[in-house]
Formats: sequence, C-alpha cells, structure tokens
Amino acid sequence: MRVALRLVPGLWLALLVAAPLALVFVLAVSWQSNGVPPYDPPWAGQGTNPDNLRLLLEDPYYRASLAQSFVVAALTAGLCLLLAAPMGIAIARAGRWRNALLAAVLLPFWTGFLIRIGAWIGLLRDEGWINAVLRGLGLTQDAIPLLYTHGAMLLGMVYAYLPFAVLPVFAAATRLDPVLEEAAADLGATPGHAFLTVTLPQLFPALAAAFLLVFIPAAGEYVIPELLGPPDATLVGRVLFQEFFQNRDWPVASALALALLALLTGPILLFQRLGRAQ
Amino acid sequence: MKPRLTLRGLTRRFGNVAALDGVSLDVPPGEFLALLGGSGSGKSTLLRVIAGFETPDAGTVQLDGTDLLGVPPHRRPVNMMFQSYALFPHMSVASNIAYGLKREGLPRAEVAARVAQAIAVLRLEGMEARKPHALSGGQRQRVALARALVKRPRLLLLDEPLGALDANLRERTGFELRAIQRESGAAFIMVTHDQAEALALADRVAVMDHGRIVQAGPPREVYDRPSTRFVATFLGAANVLDGTRTADGALDCPGAACTLRAEAPLPEGGTAVALRPERIRLATEPGENTAAGTVEESAFRGESSLLLVRLSGGATLRVSHAEEDGAPPPRGAAVRLAWDRDDVVPLLP
Repeated sequence: MRVALRLVPGLWLALLVAAPLALVFVLAVSWQSNGVPPYDPPWAGQGTNPDNLRLLLEDPYYRASLAQSFVVAALTAGLCLLLAAPMGIAIARAGRWRNALLAAVLLPFWTGFLIRIGAWIGLLRDEGWINAVLRGLGLTQDAIPLLYTHGAMLLGMVYAYLPFAVLPVFAAATRLDPVLEEAAADLGATPGHAFLTVTLPQLFPALAAAFLLVFIPAAGEYVIPELLGPPDATLVGRVLFQEFFQNRDWPVASALALALLALLTGPILLFQRLGRAQ
Repeated sequence: MKPRLTLRGLTRRFGNVAALDGVSLDVPPGEFLALLGGSGSGKSTLLRVIAGFETPDAGTVQLDGTDLLGVPPHRRPVNMMFQSYALFPHMSVASNIAYGLKREGLPRAEVAARVAQAIAVLRLEGMEARKPHALSGGQRQRVALARALVKRPRLLLLDEPLGALDANLRERTGFELRAIQRESGAAFIMVTHDQAEALALADRVAVMDHGRIVQAGPPREVYDRPSTRFVATFLGAANVLDGTRTADGALDCPGAACTLRAEAPLPEGGTAVALRPERIRLATEPGENTAAGTVEESAFRGESSLLLVRLSGGATLRVSHAEEDGAPPPRGAAVRLAWDRDDVVPLLP
C-alpha cells in the first residue's frame, strides 16, 4: 500500500516533469533544421550544439527579455501583495461575511481566463467602455490609449494573480490570535503600532509565500503581455513563443526555457525554506 | 484609605443577557481581590471592562479618582495577564517583557535594567533568547506575569492566572504570586472559577453570579458566613436546609425533622440555612441542633471521610468526618448528628 502510494507521485514526476525536462535539455543542445520536427539531435551526426546556450549569454536581446520579465514579475507580485495584505486580513476578520467575501475573490475562476482578459480588452480599447465614459463626461475628446500599454499589461497581471496572493494571507490571518492585539494594546501600543509590531510580523511567512506564488508564474507569463501589453514588452514568455512558433528554432527556445528555470530555482528554493520554517 | 479602583453601577448587556448587572466595588491599594464565579457569571467581562476591551452600557470605573472609561486601553495605567498568556509568538522572552517598556519610550538602558530585574524576580535567567513555544507552561506563565509587572502598574488584572498549570505547579505558583503581589504593592484583581485558589490567595473574595457581586469579604468570612444559597453551595458545597421560620427566628426543617437554631435569629422572610459538612459532629444524646439519620454512603478522602447521611425527615446531609476523630460509622449505621448554633448560617431570602 505504502509502495503504491509512493508510486503515484513517482510516476507523475517521472512522466510529466523529468521526461519533458530531459527532452528540453536535449533540445537545447540540438541543431535547428528544416525537417519535421525541425531539429537534429546530438546523435544525428553533428554532436552537441553549444551555440544556443552561448547565444543567450552573448545576445543582449535575451538577457533584456529575462531582465524585463523579472522586473514585471516583481512589480506584479509587489502590487498584488499591497492589495492582498489588507484584503486577506480584512476577509479573515469579516465575521459572517467571511465566506461570501472569500467566494468573491475566487469567483473569477468560474469564468475562462481568456474570456476575462477579453473583457479587459473590451474595457480598455480606444472604443471601449472606459474611454466611452471619459468622452461622455467630456473629460477627453480623443480616445486615451489604454490598451497595449505597460499599464494595461501590469493591470491584467495583477488582476489575474491577485487571488493567489490573497489566499495565503487570508489563511495565515485566520490563524492569528486576536487576543495578541489586545495584549499589545494593554502594554501601551496604539492600534497602528500593535498592527506593525505584533500582527504584521506574524504574517511575514505568508506574505513571502504570496509574493513568490505570484512572482514565479508571472515571470513566465505569455498570454497577458501578448493580449494587453505593448509590442516592446518582449517578456521571456513572448520571446519563447516567437522562437518556437515563428522562427521554428526549437533549440534556442529550449535553451531560453532552461535559463528561465535556472533563474527561478533561487526563488523556489527560498519558498521551500520558508515552508519548512513555518 | 482612598480606594485605588472604584466601580459604580457597571452594567453590560449582550443582547438580552446582562453580563454585568449593576456591579459596584471598591478595591483599596495593595489588595489582592479574587473575582470568583462560574462560567457566564460576568467575572471576565468585568475584568475586560476595567482593562478597556469592553465598554459598559452604564456605570463608572475610576482609578485613584480618575475616570477610566474615556481612556483607550493602551493609555490605561492598568495591565492584564491574559488567560492564555497571549505571549507574542514571534518575539523572544526578553522582547516580550520589554515590549510594554519600549512603548513608554523609556531609555534603552532603563528598559534593559528593568527587563533584567523582572527576569531575575521570576527566575527566567537563561530563557531570555527563547521563543514562547520553547518554554514550559510554568515558564510561559512567569513570562506573562513578568511582561505585565515590569510596567509597574497600579492595578494588575489576572485572568485565571493558574488555570493552565498542572496541579502540583499550581500550589507553588500560587504562593509565588502572593509573594510578588506583596512585594510589588500593586492591587491585584484575579478572576478565577476555582474556589480553593480564590480562598488561598486573595485578601478578599467577591463571588459573582449572573452579572452581580452576590457577596464580597475576606475568604474566611465568605466561607463561614455565606449570605445566599448560591454562595453557600458554590463555595465548599455547604448543605442548605429549607423550612419555615419560627416566631423566635429558628428554622423548622421538616427534611431534617428538627428545628435549627442559629446564634442570631433568621432574617425576616428567611427560609433556609447553610451548614458546612466539616462543622457537623456525631453526637450520642438528643438535644438542641441534633438530628437522627442513617449513613447511606461513605467515601474516604485522606484526611477525612465524606458521609452522606439521610435524615429521618428525608433530607440528605454531606458530613465531613475527620480521621482524627476515629473510624467513621459504617454504611447503614444509625447516627445522630449535632452542630453548634454558631455553625448554622441563616441565608438571605
């Protein structure tokens, strides 16, 4: 029984994580070709190809794309945290409204992701609702360009990832003992001081978890920059897509995917350490 | 002596339930007062009103003549030791104790000196850097006490301070608490549901029931002279005998098939008296304040045995028979019980 129980995650990891990862490794040292599939593996006669990984180091285009992705992911995670911290705490303390508010946070998941992003396009485009309202109020004559801006991209990212940040903060906030804030007040702390010195420090592990839960997937995000962002927002997800589907350069795309994975290992390890500390 | 704390007419309702129903009380400086009552008696609400976590619907709270009700909890010169201790889990023992002093904005050196002193008084040396979860229950209790005492409050509130300790630690910690209270000179108000704790530690016991203080006085007085049926049965589980008041102030008790006569006549309208189990003796001769009965049960309790004696009138009395008086009568034995006038306590109607 115990063996069988271990077999399930073992098989899962072997088939769906280790095998694809090995394939990506092989691809990253393969040669681009015009065949189907469009690459020659190292054992096809040309040996391993070091150029794909070298290209990532030498061509500033890829480095810039990775750097931009990390900046956008950090901004997204930071903004999510700023919203999620008060939301999570407030929902945890909402008494009989708690479940309703929590459901409201999770409600967007009931609609398809692309439909929701499509709805943002409908709101943000030049003939969209926001511009229509602005024009109707006489605040502007010409449409203000909202869609395909960095702002729209960041808005979409924060919108999409916010629930992932709210949930860990909420879970940690429900476990807080309200008596501790009374104890702080009893010892002379103002409500603000009690929050900063007693409540917030206890939420640090959850806040770090929330940050990373948003940061890690946001770093590789493709759909939102593609649909809401400007053309110059060449985040790593978009570059991957270009290399893979437009340039049909599977080896470079694979090398880029490996680089992203390697760069994200740091935050992932940090996340695990935090999990153990809790 | 001017009272340190003055409570007048405190009332607090939760819906239809009055958690506090017109509580008035004076606590002189340096007194150790125990608020004794069952759950829902209002004792914890009273403590929270004094600390400022609960606002009364009516009444006043004054500390040394200054009104406290308009003062938020963090500015009241009153400190509380919480029932579950409420130690800050992310802070070390030293940081927990220093927390309140830092809020006062005291110089660093003074904070350190006072923390060190509190750590010495409460025997927490070597624990300074530990987090609360790495402490034993007794150590946590002492940290909580140190954290409140280090502020040198004029009034310290303690919510079930010994409640979370195991039995053998309770007695020792109780004596320590007493000694610390004497030394600090602060007035202590302790909430407890444990009558033994209240009687052992406090200078004065206030018994609460349904949001009222039903009797307040020195432990011996409250124990020996309970004023109501509730106090008599809650404290030390006294026997309460019902009957009708005779013209000369005695109690005609059909359940005991005798007339009980107290030192003082029963109050007008009084229909019951209390009789402590340990004040009832075995007698040989019939006479005033005696009753005949049969031993129904007998339980050995170390220094004494508890007898349940069914009287000829039908009432059952709990009788404590001291071991030094020899072997207790066996089950089924016919006995005659006797008590002094002084031990018959007339209860208020």
